Amino acid sequence: MKYLDEYRNPEIARHLVQEIRGLTTRPWVIMEVCGGQTHSIIKNGIDQILPKEIELVHGPGCPVCVTPLEQIDKALAIASRPEVIFTSFGDMLRVPGSRQDLFMVKSAGGDVRVVYSPLDAVKIARENPHKQVVFFAVGFETTAPNNAMAVWQAHREGLRNFSILVSHVLVPPAMRALLASPHNRVQGYLAAGHVCTVMGWEEYEPIAAQYRVPIVVTGFEPVDILEGVLLTVRQLERGEARVENQYARVVRREGNRPAQELIRKVFEIAPRKWRGIGEIPASGLRLRPEFRDYDAETIFALGELHVEEPAICISGLVLQGLKKPNECAAFGKQCTPQTPLGATMVSSEGACAAYFAYQRRRVE
Amino acid sequence: MCLAIPGKVIEIYEQNGLKMGRLDYAGTVNTACLEYVPEVRLGQYALVHAGFAISVLDEEEARKTYAVWDELVQAAAQEGTDIFGMPFEKSPPG
Repeated sequence: MKYLDEYRNPEIARHLVQEIRGLTTRPWVIMEVCGGQTHSIIKNGIDQILPKEIELVHGPGCPVCVTPLEQIDKALAIASRPEVIFTSFGDMLRVPGSRQDLFMVKSAGGDVRVVYSPLDAVKIARENPHKQVVFFAVGFETTAPNNAMAVWQAHREGLRNFSILVSHVLVPPAMRALLASPHNRVQGYLAAGHVCTVMGWEEYEPIAAQYRVPIVVTGFEPVDILEGVLLTVRQLERGEARVENQYARVVRREGNRPAQELIRKVFEIAPRKWRGIGEIPASGLRLRPEFRDYDAETIFALGELHVEEPAICISGLVLQGLKKPNECAAFGKQCTPQTPLGATMVSSEGACAAYFAYQRRRVE
Repeated sequence: MCLAIPGKVIEIYEQNGLKMGRLDYAGTVNTACLEYVPEVRLGQYALVHAGFAISVLDEEEARKTYAVWDELVQAAAQEGTDIFGMPFEKSPPG
């Protein structure tokens, strides 16, 4: 397949590993922020073919994983209502709330539907004027313009029965929060290629400068990731801390301006709570006041919920790159993708699920 | 969640006031919203995430990357080693 197969060439991959090996003189810790990259790294065994000095730690870049438990519970409460058609991307359906998940709501008779595009949810609202259609707007900057367009389109068409339950988070504030932590081990970042496709990389430059870390915008195929590691290691070995773009076939410095404009029209920056990490100031999006009519939390008058995570689960530490999934006492025992205790075991982009799927053993 | 795949734009049309397109992903055809890539032309490749094209693939940048890899492989060959840094096997006498 054009633009994919070339980046899966094992010969090129092995050559890049050689290059990395030739450059590396001491240990380095590099974090891949994006869950899609985590999945690709574990699936392809990239962490195992790198020189032993290079440690890849997995970041918080899995929107499913960082959606707070109380947002999931709100989704479940809305989806259970008889007048509601609840729509969502497929990967949210199995995420456990405090007592059930969307699949259970569906099997109990709730009208829960998986959509491929948020515009499909708008279409459902158009075709079901007597139902309240709610879309679960989860994700990073990659998904935000699509969800903004759904609201914009519903507004343009004058639809009164469409709303979104927003749980949007932003990547750079989380990267900053991790670097500012006293426990930080990250010395270089692979930045999330598709987040940067939308947002560009200008906002990463002050982070690289302030914390003296190289940041390399990286794609998702094995060769992309190895090239991202190569560029990061090269900077680390030279004592540099710049933003570089490995993913130039897709990402431009300024990002996608029309997408950014619509995000700004529909959403505003707000504090957000990250599952496993806690609240990070100015790290998410909420609907602007003029679009309040499309905010499911307002429409269904959901107050604040407070819920507790299972005590044994270390997903918070995993999301911060402080622990590896197979260092958890519950990994592969009480906690599996069929019986997940934490969100990092639910989504295929969660580090725990990736480790389980590709049979990384538990560290005793 | 942020998965996105490249597809070839084979049709551009309008629906409900939005610029839409049909894209071919190596034989599988699907629709996507093209509002965020207003410059896209038929025959170009676009990266699609959750029903929206978010970037037009840059042929020139891709070509540059392939050229760099070619050089890497060529350089290794010149040195008489394969890309693992191992010497090429001598062909059997005959």
